[in-house]
Amino acid sequence: MTSVMVSLRGVDKVFPRRKGASTVALEGIDLEIRAGDFVSLLGPSGCGKSTLLRIVGDLLEPTAGTVTVNGKSPSRARHDRDYGMVFQQATLLEWRRVLGNVALPLEVTGMAEPQRSERAREMLKLVELVEFADHYPWQLSGGMQQRVAIARALTLEPSLLLMDEPFGALDEMTRERMQMELMRIWQETQTTVLFVTHSIPEAVFLSTQVVVMTPRPGRVAGIVDIDLPQPRVFETREETKYFDKLVEVREVLRAEEE
Amino acid sequence: MNRLLRRYLAPALVFVAVLAVWEFFVRAFGIQGFLLPPPSEVVRTVSAEWPVVWPAGLFTLREALGGLFGGSIAAIAVAFAVSRWSTIRVGVQPLAVAAGSAPIIALAPITNQWFGITNPVSKMAVVAVMVFFPVMINMVRGLTDVGGAKVELMNSLAAPDFATLWKVRLPNSLPYLLSALRVAVALSLIGAVVTEYFGGSRAALGVYISQQAGLTRMAEAWAGIVVATLLGAGLQLLVMGAERVLIPWHPSRRLTPA
Ligand SMILES: Nc1ncnc2c1ncn2[C@@H]1O[C@H](COP(=O)(O)OP(=O)(O)OP(=O)(O)O)[C@@H](O)[C@H]1O
Ligand SMILES: [Mg+2]
Repeated sequence: MTSVMVSLRGVDKVFPRRKGASTVALEGIDLEIRAGDFVSLLGPSGCGKSTLLRIVGDLLEPTAGTVTVNGKSPSRARHDRDYGMVFQQATLLEWRRVLGNVALPLEVTGMAEPQRSERAREMLKLVELVEFADHYPWQLSGGMQQRVAIARALTLEPSLLLMDEPFGALDEMTRERMQMELMRIWQETQTTVLFVTHSIPEAVFLSTQVVVMTPRPGRVAGIVDIDLPQPRVFETREETKYFDKLVEVREVLRAEEE
Repeated sequence: MNRLLRRYLAPALVFVAVLAVWEFFVRAFGIQGFLLPPPSEVVRTVSAEWPVVWPAGLFTLREALGGLFGGSIAAIAVAFAVSRWSTIRVGVQPLAVAAGSAPIIALAPITNQWFGITNPVSKMAVVAVMVFFPVMINMVRGLTDVGGAKVELMNSLAAPDFATLWKVRLPNSLPYLLSALRVAVALSLIGAVVTEYFGGSRAALGVYISQQAGLTRMAEAWAGIVVATLLGAGLQLLVMGAERVLIPWHPSRRLTPA
């Protein structure tokens, strides 16, 4: 039996606007994410992907509906540090060196030295950046900064990793390398991932499940299981099944537009 | 090497050139010494009067530093309160901007009455009020202009408010504080010297300058101004040293562009 990591029931999110008008960002979202899965939220800009991720991460309150994470309320889960977050921008603290940035969550939870630095260093090994521990963020490329952000999100061994277009600002080649890296990390840590992206190939390559969303109001248009073999490797992108899945996801998106 | 040359040699050359032009004009047009003494005479007078002007300078420096510390510490304390409670901010900020643009030096005769003309506190009070506003306004900005992403990051870690203050807002405010201090340091000497023009201890630099000027001993008056300038430059160097130590990560300190 696989356990449920995230469950959303009838979740709505309405943003009030001036003069009484309002934006319905999400409407009637029902979604269940199994522990250990890699689930992508895919859809055009403005369909509520970030909003949904923020609701799961307890950075926003839903207007209606219920959310549970690890069987708890999102607020409980956040205070238990059940998840790590990676944003579109690396959001590193520029006054801290790389090691200090990765150690930030450990400081907040009160882990003492030398365990703290040891643990942060381990995480840097995981993203293959140990040699850069003493660099400042501005001395790193965009891709390296994003890997630091991933290392930081993983330091507390979260059971759930929330990622909002983490590779959105990267060039295509760096992006593919980061995808491979993320696949390896996911395999090694066995964490559950909820991943927001605009890119169909990225969603299909990474995920075990793609949740296709449509805008105005943001709804789930369909869920596509991506039963490509694990681990995903470079050649995965050359398999016929991979292309079939691209087509399948694309059709769910298009069916909604008509 | 080239960079060092540009950094130190160029300003030195400009400085020497200005002095040379000054010397030349005074001599060529036969400008009388009580209007404008030539720099060579000022230099001679500085060394002759050194046993008087240097202690006078230190006396005034103490007043300036006293006011600088008092005013800055009060400003930082108020800035913390103001940034913490936005209702206070709404009330205080416009007032601070208005008060900050008032000619605070005009208080000098009043504080001289309040605290006694020879009491250094009468000078410190003016200095404190002068530096208070720029330091407070900048510090508030530094504590609040953090960027939503970093605050969201701390929220996602369920960091308590004081952790966000200590690890994010405070380091973020340091460049703002230091740039305010550069201004405040200059203001502090202006405040102390000019308040002394309205009367003060016989040991004070401002009193010395105004007395010598009153006796049309211009070279002596200029010697006093030279000492005040040296003190101002020394304080600037101190602030720059503090920047080197406190914000080595700041873009202004980077050797290569990011
Ligand atoms: N804080 C907010 N206040 C008001 N409206 C908001 C807020 N956040 C999001 N919205 C609105 O909710 C809708 C969904 O926004 P959201 O950011 O979730 O979209 P998204 O799918 O992440 O888009 P993108 O792919 O461009 O990041 C948009 O119409 C947006 O204008
Ligand atoms: Mg978004």
